[in-house]
Amino acid sequence: MSEQVFKAGDFEKLDKSEKRSEPIVRESISAWKDAWIRLRSNKMAMASLLVLFVIVVLAIIGQWITPHDYQTNNLSATNQKPSSEYWFGTDSLGRDMFARTWMGAGISLQVGMYAALIDLLLGVVIGGIMGYFGGRVDEILNRFCEILYSIPSMLIVILLIVVMEPSMFTIILALSITGWINMAWIVRGQIMQLKNQEYVLASRSLGAGPGRILFRHLIPNAMGPIIVTITMTVPSAIFAEAFLSFLGLGVQSPAASLGTLINDALKAMTVYPWRMLFPAVLISLTMLCFNIFGDGLRDALDPKMKK
Amino acid sequence: MARYVLKKLLYMLLSIFVLASATFFLMKAIPGNPFQSEKNIPKAIQEKLYAQYGLDQPLWKQYLNYMDNLVHFDLGMSMKQQYVTVTSIINNGFIYSLQLGVFAIILAIAAGLLFGLISALNHRKFLDSFTIFIAVLGVSIPNFVVASGLQYVFGVKLGWFSVAGLNDPTDFILPVIALALLPAAFIARLTRSSMLEVLSADYIKTAKAKGLTGRVIMVRHALRNAILPVVTYVGPMTANIITGSVIVEQIFGIGGLGKFFVNSITNRDYTLIMGLTLFYAVILMLARFMTDIAYGLVDPRIKLSRKKGG
Repeated sequence: MSEQVFKAGDFEKLDKSEKRSEPIVRESISAWKDAWIRLRSNKMAMASLLVLFVIVVLAIIGQWITPHDYQTNNLSATNQKPSSEYWFGTDSLGRDMFARTWMGAGISLQVGMYAALIDLLLGVVIGGIMGYFGGRVDEILNRFCEILYSIPSMLIVILLIVVMEPSMFTIILALSITGWINMAWIVRGQIMQLKNQEYVLASRSLGAGPGRILFRHLIPNAMGPIIVTITMTVPSAIFAEAFLSFLGLGVQSPAASLGTLINDALKAMTVYPWRMLFPAVLISLTMLCFNIFGDGLRDALDPKMKK
Repeated sequence: MARYVLKKLLYMLLSIFVLASATFFLMKAIPGNPFQSEKNIPKAIQEKLYAQYGLDQPLWKQYLNYMDNLVHFDLGMSMKQQYVTVTSIINNGFIYSLQLGVFAIILAIAAGLLFGLISALNHRKFLDSFTIFIAVLGVSIPNFVVASGLQYVFGVKLGWFSVAGLNDPTDFILPVIALALLPAAFIARLTRSSMLEVLSADYIKTAKAKGLTGRVIMVRHALRNAILPVVTYVGPMTANIITGSVIVEQIFGIGGLGKFFVNSITNRDYTLIMGLTLFYAVILMLARFMTDIAYGLVDPRIKLSRKKGG
């Protein structure tokens, strides 16, 4: 076969109309939109999202829609059953359980969300640095993480709260001290996979620095697993806070979390079981919805993993 | 393999050392000391007390003493219960916690594998969705809700089991179920997803093409591979069982380690908190260590990649 030689006259300009001969008729769908479509078709996940939304709204306004507030004692009406006056009954000091339950839900949700937020910030920055720079930096940070991770986190959290005074702030702090490691490892793994992709090379050859590449290109592409990890962090932080309350290390009275309410109710459960019912159902429902929604989100964002 | 085991062992010792130091300095960071609350003790007696507990020595010397005692398994005296050593408390309480824990682990693994398999073999059928929903429920309901619910329904209302204590073999049933539910649900989910993955693998098709019977394929080919992720869960499961036992023992009034742990925190019995924390940590790390070793033994691919990576 002889070699083909092109000359300038061999090419001719196409008519403008030909440019649109193969138009993309369907609207283009971004990866996020695609994930949203998959998520939307998952009925269980959407139902969980709705329930979570209702819980969050009630946690914000719940304590204002009853005439009673969460901290006024009423010693003439202690341990009441649920009634039209006290919708969820009252506790051993006659405080309205409806207001206390929703205020408790608010505190439990806040603990979960702030803990997840701090995990996100620390985990993304440190995991990003580990994954992007690699080598010595990665090795040192990774060793540090491994040692910290090998110490049972719940024990560190308990020790820290025993030393500090228990409050919402110290509980979030203690939970975050060990919580970020998991996130850091997930981000690190993602970045290591992504950093050799062509678009990173392209960006680098255009003169982008590590900060820009990391936060404008790599992290956004690793967002799927990051979001899934966050949805899983929230319920585990809520559970951890409830566990601390059980040890008497939760938020202190008159404030309450779902954990402290359950712990209080537990002491008198054989006599006044309904005091246990509402906080216990609410914490279980919240965790259930986060878990189902998290599973749905994972399936939607990572179709490869879908079973 | 020997190098791998040694490396893991070294890590474990390092972690225990870090945690022991951290507990020591954290407890020293608490303002005041355990004897300050006692009213108007004569100075001589106070000094005697300090000397007795070694609190009059400089911090570094106290630290060295503490470490030296730890190496000899001496965790010191309880500060709130007179003449009781932390080691003797552990000796007394551990047997109950151990029994509960072992029964719960057996139940969790058996039930988890069984339901995981049922679910995977009925993929996308009613039985699958049903088990998976129960499993999500099991992962979501906190174990203090489960424990107190079981106690109320079967202990108080129906009266089938005694409400508290561990005097009768049947007394184990409720606490063990409460402890095992969460790990069992987790194992069921793990088994299901890894079983589904394995069942679509090429070697299962090969086995089918060879004409092997369904049962041989299930047991010899599928289950053996599907069980790998479950092996890695043994470490976290131990952690679950320990936090769970703290709750379950308190609710069912069982005098195990968990109950002492809760009491030590409520009483601010610092030596007991430190001792029990370290004891729990060592158990957890041993569990994790054994998981690593077991995983290396079960999955030959681990060894290969380790060798390549150095």
